[in-house]
Amino acid sequence: MNKILLIIQREFLNRVQKKSFLLTTILVPLIFPAIMGVMIYIVVKQSEVTTVKTVQVLDDSHKFTFKDTKDFKFTVITGSLDAAKVAYDSSGDFGLVYIPPFEISDPKGFTLLSHENPTLEQIGSLEGYFEDQVRNMKLQQYKVDQATLDALKTDIEIRQVTKDATTGEEKSSSSGLIYGVGFVLGILIYMFVLIYGIQIMQGVIDEKTSKVVEVIVSSVKPFQLMLGKIIGIASVGLLQFTIWIVLSFGVTSSVLAYFGLNTPQKQMMEQVSKQVDQADQNSMESKAAKNEDLQKMIFNWSQLPLAKIAAVFVFFFLGGYLLYGSLFAAVGSAVDSIQDAQQFQFPITLPLLIGYMSLFIIVLRDPNSTASFWLSIIPFTSPVAMVGRIASGVPAWELALSMGLLIAGFLFTTWVAGRIYRVGILMTGTKVNYKVLAKWFMTKQ
Amino acid sequence: MEALSVKNVTKRYTNHVALDNVSITIPQKSIYGLLGPNGAGKTTLIRIINQIINRDSGDITLFGEPLNEKHVGVIGYLPEERGLYKKLKIGDQLLYLAQLKGMSRAQALEKSKAWLKKFQVTDWWDKKVEDLSKGMAQKVQFISTVMHEPKLIILDEPFSGFDPVNAKLITEEILALRDRGSTIIFSTHRMETVEDLCDDIALINKSKKILEGSKKQVKDQFRSNTFLVEHHGNNFALDPSRYEIVRQQVIEGDLYATTLKAQTGIKPNQVIRELIEKTELSSFQEKLPSMADIFIGLVQGEDEDALRKHLQEV
Repeated sequence: MNKILLIIQREFLNRVQKKSFLLTTILVPLIFPAIMGVMIYIVVKQSEVTTVKTVQVLDDSHKFTFKDTKDFKFTVITGSLDAAKVAYDSSGDFGLVYIPPFEISDPKGFTLLSHENPTLEQIGSLEGYFEDQVRNMKLQQYKVDQATLDALKTDIEIRQVTKDATTGEEKSSSSGLIYGVGFVLGILIYMFVLIYGIQIMQGVIDEKTSKVVEVIVSSVKPFQLMLGKIIGIASVGLLQFTIWIVLSFGVTSSVLAYFGLNTPQKQMMEQVSKQVDQADQNSMESKAAKNEDLQKMIFNWSQLPLAKIAAVFVFFFLGGYLLYGSLFAAVGSAVDSIQDAQQFQFPITLPLLIGYMSLFIIVLRDPNSTASFWLSIIPFTSPVAMVGRIASGVPAWELALSMGLLIAGFLFTTWVAGRIYRVGILMTGTKVNYKVLAKWFMTKQ
Repeated sequence: MEALSVKNVTKRYTNHVALDNVSITIPQKSIYGLLGPNGAGKTTLIRIINQIINRDSGDITLFGEPLNEKHVGVIGYLPEERGLYKKLKIGDQLLYLAQLKGMSRAQALEKSKAWLKKFQVTDWWDKKVEDLSKGMAQKVQFISTVMHEPKLIILDEPFSGFDPVNAKLITEEILALRDRGSTIIFSTHRMETVEDLCDDIALINKSKKILEGSKKQVKDQFRSNTFLVEHHGNNFALDPSRYEIVRQQVIEGDLYATTLKAQTGIKPNQVIRELIEKTELSSFQEKLPSMADIFIGLVQGEDEDALRKHLQEV
């Protein structure tokens, strides 16, 4: 036991003391906020740069009234089009819009003359301006007034409530939220297992090719070495993930704060405080509506069994890692180089990939379908599938069954892997295929 | 009490028998040569002693106790296929390996510093193995093998990768370890190592032990009362019923070299006495078989009589 601890410690320190660990640990959480920051920066800068364009309008239809918008300042001119064109050339204004006489039912012939190419947004904004006015004209023609129009607006929202069949307890829920939680947790587990599983394999191959392994196994049992390595790397992974989560959160918040966008928490606080003096402001109407959405989300969030989700996540996170980790160790022990590992790596990553793909195709779409059930029960896909389902509420017996099978699963893979590993690490230069692996497995030590 | 006693150990794999009823006895504080061609089963035997693999049957006792897990710390093993962690600093490497052998960190620190000082390479502590030459890495590997002061040291082809200067240094260390009380097993093909260092040997061929004993015993077993004589003039006649001239050739001028076999029971002194009367002796020595000759002869499948005959002629 003491020796396993030594190995765990060594494996942990080996990796944590590397510069690359420090680099990836710090850089990865910076990447997403950095991309986000750059994008926000561009948008903010652009909107600062965008000045109101002056547009001359020659309205031969005499149907329009012109009010400046946030993009355009309109200067109404009169006279002939040719004279207007000449005048535009020397005006330095953004463009000249010519509106010919037209029927309301068939508005066409609108022309924008400009020196520089207008952007799509600018064209769209202009078109929208005219479309709005023409639509209003049509409405008046059909004798529809604004009040009728407002009364036609309809907004129905279904409040989701899940009722527990056994306790009869009713809970407000949100499919969107459940989807989001399952999505993020599922991807985290998939990434963790794959990234650190390959690290285990790499570590085993390194020990084998540097030939240090025979010295080591003269001091410790091969199984202890394998287990020590798997656990050591897991602790590196956990540390790295924790740092990532803390850093991403911190950096994202500060990036958002820097650009004056509030973090959800802040927003929440402000919205709530605003709500108090909402009554005397009729312009707050839309904000109040938003408030309601947000409150609902917070409420739904609080309705999720967060502690349970966290506990289940950690369990399947580690269970999945242990299940696959030992298999990756076995592959590493069987080959002499990372290139040779490809052929054996595929059958291991396949079930993991199936779990990952079905997370999107099946589990998140319909967490309670039969397929989702089986995917979250079978140990090879359950780590990803179960966390995908967990937020939607999984019956206790299913969860217990899945957990039990996962434990049995990783005990089984560790046992199988251990038997291959102990022979494999001492075999160099052998051409290995599945038959040979089977033989190693059967070899009595 | 022997250092190591292996009794009737057998190890079978699916398609072949790696060790067939092998027994060896290694006296304490000796240097024991474990000889045999590639694939004979030496490495399997060594791995069994190191408890890396298990035997199918047979008994092993180490310093009087049945082999068990605690013995891991008593043995120092330098495998033929050896190496170190490439990216790990020498200091950390030595500490780690010594602690795996059961030393405390403090002890390991003290010992590893002492050994690096002894080899005058204290500045290696913070270097990585990948920055060292092969010979330098071998030195570190040797230190890691003996650092925990094992009572039994098993060295599999220890000199491969060493230049003569370092080989000499390591040889001296091995002898010093023996003098301090360690028992050493050499597994090697290099017969000059065996001639120079080993007190006892065992020869394993095709999974079986075919020869064991002290170096002297083994040589005695294959001596055939054959003498190599250099003399002036070739005209001497010896009683053909008691002497057989195996070979005679001219060295230079009238200096001849003669290989002659005396009948059993005739002592060297008597041979000299008879020769002095008949010729001008230049040199005289008994022709003892070399370990290399015995090794090659036995491995090539000659029985002892054929080998003895063969050994006279080479």
